[in-house]
Amino acid sequence: MTKKYRFIGKTTPRKDGVAIVTGKADYIDDIHPVSMLHGKVLRSPHPHANITAIHTDKAKDAPGVRAVLTHADVPPWMTGMPRHVKVLDQRVRFVGDAVALVAADTLEQATAALDLIEVTYEPLPAVFDMDAALAPGAPQLHDIFPGNLVTDFPAFGPNTLSKVVRGDVEKGFEAADFISEGTFGYENIANPLPIEPPGVIAQWEDDQRLTVWSGTQSASWHRWIMQSKMGFPDIRAITTQCGGSFGSKNYAPQCLFYASALAKETGRAVKVCYTKDEHFGAFVLRLGSRFCGKIGMKKDGTVTAVAGDWMVDNGAFSDMSQSQIAVGCGEAQLVLNCENWNLTTKLVCTNRCPSGVIRGFGGQELESAFAPILADVMAKAQLDPVEFFKKNYVKPGGKYIWREGNLWTCRGKDYTDAMEKGAVSFGWKDKWNGWLVPTAVEGSKRTGVGIGIHGNADVGEDDSEAYIRLNADGTATIHASVSESGMGQRSSLCKMAAEVLQLPLEKVHMTPPDTLVNPFDFGLVGSRGTYAVGSAVINAAEDALKKLFERVAPELQAQPEDLDTLDARIFVKGKPEQAMGWGRAIGIMRSVTGYGEFKSDYSVPNFLALFVEVEVDTQTGAVKIKRVVTSTDAGQIIDPPSLNGQLYGALGSAGLDTAVFEETIIDKKSGHMLNMNMCDYKWRTFNELPEFENVILETPFPTHRFKAIGVGEISTSPGPGAVLMAVSNAMGQHMTDYPLTPDRILKVWGEKKGIKNETV
Amino acid sequence: MKKTNGKERTAVTLVVNGVTHELNVGDQPYQVSPCHTLAQTLRETLGVTGTKVGCDQGACGSCTVIMDGRPILSCMTLTIQCHGSEITTIEGLADPASGKLHPIQQSFVDHSAFQCGFCTPGIIMASKSLLDRHPSADKQAVKEALSGHYCRCISHYQVVDAVMDVAEKGEGDR
Repeated sequence: MTKKYRFIGKTTPRKDGVAIVTGKADYIDDIHPVSMLHGKVLRSPHPHANITAIHTDKAKDAPGVRAVLTHADVPPWMTGMPRHVKVLDQRVRFVGDAVALVAADTLEQATAALDLIEVTYEPLPAVFDMDAALAPGAPQLHDIFPGNLVTDFPAFGPNTLSKVVRGDVEKGFEAADFISEGTFGYENIANPLPIEPPGVIAQWEDDQRLTVWSGTQSASWHRWIMQSKMGFPDIRAITTQCGGSFGSKNYAPQCLFYASALAKETGRAVKVCYTKDEHFGAFVLRLGSRFCGKIGMKKDGTVTAVAGDWMVDNGAFSDMSQSQIAVGCGEAQLVLNCENWNLTTKLVCTNRCPSGVIRGFGGQELESAFAPILADVMAKAQLDPVEFFKKNYVKPGGKYIWREGNLWTCRGKDYTDAMEKGAVSFGWKDKWNGWLVPTAVEGSKRTGVGIGIHGNADVGEDDSEAYIRLNADGTATIHASVSESGMGQRSSLCKMAAEVLQLPLEKVHMTPPDTLVNPFDFGLVGSRGTYAVGSAVINAAEDALKKLFERVAPELQAQPEDLDTLDARIFVKGKPEQAMGWGRAIGIMRSVTGYGEFKSDYSVPNFLALFVEVEVDTQTGAVKIKRVVTSTDAGQIIDPPSLNGQLYGALGSAGLDTAVFEETIIDKKSGHMLNMNMCDYKWRTFNELPEFENVILETPFPTHRFKAIGVGEISTSPGPGAVLMAVSNAMGQHMTDYPLTPDRILKVWGEKKGIKNETV
Repeated sequence: MKKTNGKERTAVTLVVNGVTHELNVGDQPYQVSPCHTLAQTLRETLGVTGTKVGCDQGACGSCTVIMDGRPILSCMTLTIQCHGSEITTIEGLADPASGKLHPIQQSFVDHSAFQCGFCTPGIIMASKSLLDRHPSADKQAVKEALSGHYCRCISHYQVVDAVMDVAEKGEGDR
């Protein structure tokens, strides 16, 4: 399959590889614009309070301090959906909410000055879960959200999904042979926790022009999203190398507000880089998710109806939560091909650190929440879950309503083959002994297997533009607003361009991620890099070649369509002696520029199945992940190690391990986070790696020239449900709560064995 | 370490990647405050920013440098404790004359043993220190040596392969 290409599908060094391994790759905290100041944020110790007095005189007089800002003197910028989040407010809504800002010559001076700000709070009652927030008479977080219910928002246009209503669920349940129902939550509010905390540097060039450097995932977001929220300054957004994001650092609106406000006040560049404490306690968590409803099914596994209420906890304010609900509603339909739906949603505010954009984007949250109901109904029907998922994933010709509210017909590929090959590699047939039956039992150690699936039609989301400049020296420069947060996508786009232009890979470069020098690109989200950005770059390369051929055709006495190029030499097809180098063709003082674009297309969903084998020790309660197999179809692999890396990522960024040990623990009395450090927040270490295999098929997709489709984002999402299923089978009992920490395992095992709690 | 005879030390000498730096102790720019960590001194005072600070809590391993032959967490080490020490950072691994990458660095490039790359300098330094001491370390030893290094992208599998490739070739202690 890959032989026909020179670069595509082959392992090539990452373009930034040498910079990364030599320490030359610059991340946000590695750069220092001239005469830059350091910004720090004073944070609230209360989960909910009014600020009744705030005195900053002592802080302003402290050594090195250049500015101190409070709610009384920050610019009137607002973010959130709809806009409800000020730069600083007179009311704080979670422990860690921002109270005041300081800029000083050094980080130590800024930090020291925080202690000199005197704040008087009037504490208010707070709500830490959705039940308390929705109770009559509950404390209200925002005046514009009565009852703590966040309003719908047309994030994707007037028909943005906030529910799925299709067919007739009553008839659907009547036709069902089995129905399961209940209320289950995926409320770990885990932290994607990239290793590098978020950071922004802001500098005003004049009153209307703002330059923003950030270590973020999608270069353009700080420009096109934040302009309208800040009175339309001309924002130049530049991204450095990004030390991991997983969605969470697509942008950083709060950091941007703080740095920009301090920069405006001081007339200097100001850097606001969060500490790990702030990263844990005041940046973004996963949405809390709870599903209360039922699923009906026929004996043969046909899903006849899905009905219920999806309750979503977004913490103290909403930033793109409604977008995640819309995509989650769409993704659930991709997984459960069903004609009858009545899925409603509620978005709720609580007094904890806000939720934000995170890999899995709604679908992971919804599917993980209804996983126990799905498992229960499959078990009632005694259906092999691999067969069930194979049957119910949307196939070519299948229909789904996507996030913007339109009904789409899938024109992608059938993933049955991928699932079957994954099952064979995993050894599913040998390991699956039926529902709630362990694969093996050895003393206190019980092995079980599970599977989860996830799909996303956002692989072709939103728009991209790119230019490619062909240079007389036989190089090409891609102009595209593409950041590097770990996907290797900048290198992969260079490979696509090199393949079209038939230039050596080292002759193809990309401009820095900078909105001033690049056209619009939505960014690297939803696995859109391969199809959406790739299409724009490929089209730009083809356009540039077309112009180049048109320019030289007369001199080569040929028609443009008879020309070809190899290693910066143009020749007439079949007559290699009739040739001309790019130097002469382009001219030393000229260049040739091609333009390419991509317009959104939601008709080609991707899909990934994850098989997992677990070992549960009923003496210690420990759950060990023994083996993971992912299976997917990428159409055409662009770069094998980069794709494998994305799929291994199933274990990271608040993915599979949210079913094993990952959770953010908030004290329900004080609202303080209890595990906001890297010792107490559990993560997987090098000597706890399960065996891991990726099964990747390459069935050509109707996307672009290379027939490829992105699958990177979705690897985290099937994991939690798969682990729940595997542990249930190992234990011989349905397990329903995330994460499956030893205390939960032992409690259930003790009850099952009739042992009283205190003797477990 | 030099004796201070009960007096406060007024200067700290560090040899970083073969270059000797004499830094005065104090609160002024280009001085070392007694509260400065080695990570701060390397990054802020000396401008050697290849060493990354992920958590500043001694829990993620990204700030690992080699001091007198052993891997240490530079965010948990005070600079004034390092007087007279020889420190190697990620910038000191490639051959200074030719710029040729150290075999471990080259192996990381060959395996694309990174995604975002932020944890990579720390992981490479710990791997180098391990292979310097145990050139033919086995897979389990590599995993143990790297167990304090946090990588959220999950590059672990490719990292282990990259380090083992060097260990098997016996190139680590170049």
